[in-house]
Amino acid sequence: MLFAKDASKENILVRGARVLDPVEGVDSTLDVRIDGGVIAALGTDLDPNSHRVIDAGGLVLAPAFVDPHVHLRTPGREDEETIASGTAAAAAGGYCAILAMPNTDPVVDSAATLGSLVEAARAEAVIPVGFLASITKGQAGAELTEMGELANAGAAGFSDDGVPVASAGLMRRALQYGSVTGRRIALHCEEPTLSRDGQMHEGDVSAELGFTGYPSVAESLMVERDLALAAYERQPLHLLHLSAWESVQALRRARADGVQATAEVTPHHLCLTDEAVRSLDPNRKMNPPLRAASDRTALVEGLKDGTITAIATDHAPHARHEKEVPFEAAPFGVTGLETAFAAVYTQLVEPGLVALGVVLERMSAGPARAYGLEEPQIAVGRVANLVLLDLNASYRITEDAFRSRSVNSWLLGETVKGKVRATIAAGRLVYRA
Amino acid sequence: MAEIRVMREDLRPPAAPPRRHFISIKEVTREDVERLLATARTFERSLEREVKKLPTLKGRLVINVFYESSTRTSSSFELAAKRLSADTMSIKSSGSSVDKGESLKDTAITLGAYDPDVIVIRHPQIGAPHLVACVTDAHVVNAGDGKHQHPTQALLDLYTMREELGRLEGLHVAIVGDVLHSRVARSLIQALALMGAHVTLVGPPALLPRGIEAMGCGATTDISGIAAADVVYVLRMQRERMEEGANYVPSLREYTARWGVTPGRLRAGQKVMHPGPMNRGVEIDPRVADHADALIETQVRAGLVTRMAVLYDLLTSGPVEVKTETVLEVA
Repeated sequence: MLFAKDASKENILVRGARVLDPVEGVDSTLDVRIDGGVIAALGTDLDPNSHRVIDAGGLVLAPAFVDPHVHLRTPGREDEETIASGTAAAAAGGYCAILAMPNTDPVVDSAATLGSLVEAARAEAVIPVGFLASITKGQAGAELTEMGELANAGAAGFSDDGVPVASAGLMRRALQYGSVTGRRIALHCEEPTLSRDGQMHEGDVSAELGFTGYPSVAESLMVERDLALAAYERQPLHLLHLSAWESVQALRRARADGVQATAEVTPHHLCLTDEAVRSLDPNRKMNPPLRAASDRTALVEGLKDGTITAIATDHAPHARHEKEVPFEAAPFGVTGLETAFAAVYTQLVEPGLVALGVVLERMSAGPARAYGLEEPQIAVGRVANLVLLDLNASYRITEDAFRSRSVNSWLLGETVKGKVRATIAAGRLVYRA
Repeated sequence: MAEIRVMREDLRPPAAPPRRHFISIKEVTREDVERLLATARTFERSLEREVKKLPTLKGRLVINVFYESSTRTSSSFELAAKRLSADTMSIKSSGSSVDKGESLKDTAITLGAYDPDVIVIRHPQIGAPHLVACVTDAHVVNAGDGKHQHPTQALLDLYTMREELGRLEGLHVAIVGDVLHSRVARSLIQALALMGAHVTLVGPPALLPRGIEAMGCGATTDISGIAAADVVYVLRMQRERMEEGANYVPSLREYTARWGVTPGRLRAGQKVMHPGPMNRGVEIDPRVADHADALIETQVRAGLVTRMAVLYDLLTSGPVEVKTETVLEVA
């Protein structure tokens, strides 16, 4: 389900890092020796032999990140992102695997389109990438795609991300048929008749600024519908980019009732509220929108208690000229691959809101589990998927540092803490800074 | 490349703008408003003379860019600039390069190349004046951006109320109608709150935005809420917003029956205002519109002098005081 260009696996010795794997329960200063891309030894004073040595004193070595929600804009908008640029950006962000959404032009709804992406990934992907196919043909919400054939062709899951599956009847059929593919269905929850023309969260700020509101109930109502269908059909599902307090509540109840639901939240929803829209900066415009402080608090709580199982960037590159317009005319979405860890570390871990171990788990094992991908682990015999983090590095986010083809980051100009120093993905050193 | 990068960085609104603009009431202080109202009054006196033109802004360039149709705002800005002897240019979206798909940023940069002192802009999208302020060196005046702000309208309304009622502090103003779609209402609520007046919003539930009370006003769906007000400010019921299927109200007929401002719903002596253009027989009864207590024509006159005050204030340094008034008299 994941594809990357073939490259020789490496022999690397990461020396003297604080090795931190929340799943394995490891937290100590160790050397990690990688032979042919596989973790061969953990210990102290390991012999470097002829291995490439990375001196990691003072740094944290953790399982590399998995991003379950990326827009690679390929095919169709290669000016905004390509598989090569998107995976390079992901490598710089500490990721060892990413999943790309199918809302491209054309939509990834046929084995032919998917096949061409797989081929391209094998030629140019710096790190392993998986591709979701759409639930409905053309994401038009009318007819199911040929999910069986798509799964055979390598689809990592199914989603109509960007638009909701408006029809409850069709959603039910998707859950039923999706079960035979063994792939997860991921849902963008939005009741379109409630969110119509919405520009930002409906509340005090939208009332004052005059923007058409996109109420939180537009999301939570659909979350409730889809959880009810999943419970009825006894099928698992994954909820994309939750933003509202009510959605977290509904998910917590459903999980307690035994529904197999996983869910993700973005760094921007964890770090910002609708107050940020007062700047009228088009890089504060996303779908779902930034919500109230109480929603943000609920998302952080949900992340901590495991109701929300993954942090996903929803990396959405947009051309410069399309964002350099009045807020109302701008498209939804911001980039995030290269800033996700720093954002969450700066806003949640440093102030003591969430433990580092929880963040590391939600950025790695959590998202991998949601789609049945192999979880990155620091253990002997496992393929090396590692990220080396400098928690003390403080720096300013600037455009010229981005590997992504687009620069529509909500963090431009901000000073953050926590820097990725190296990424090892599928046994290969793919990024070093 | 380096230059483009500078633009992009500039898109983030600066904390302390180097140039002064008049984009939102939120950005001005009570002192600013007092100064602008006093300046407007000075100009009102100067307009009573036979020769109405003042040389104050001679050699300055004011460009009016209107992306939406407008009669009173565009004409009063143009006349305000002319009365102050500024050169003026008016660009409308139809018949300009906007028709050819030029972006607002590019249009603003093009106009900026003429080194205008002021760009007055009306645009259907929230945030358009901010964008213009970021890519040109001109002072930017917001003549209405989407549903966001219309700050010179609020200023002329304050001027009208103070001239007619002698005060703003403690005044009670009821704003009636479609608040949801109204930039006039948003600016006016902030302006009245800034000056110590009380505001009650009255309208159908779906047209009173959720959370609007956080701006410091009351809100009710009951039209009898206008009874206690010193001023009843009637908003235009925007027919273009009542597209089929929106269902903000079942029909204009039903709106008029329940929220129309009629003689029977007013007390003697209550002043009535309307930003125009009116839909007679919809939000306002013709008998109310034509009554002596209606200040609608006064508002239009106030529009000229307050816009003169805004242009003057942006282009001259320091507050307007008695000394300046003397200079004006000499001129």
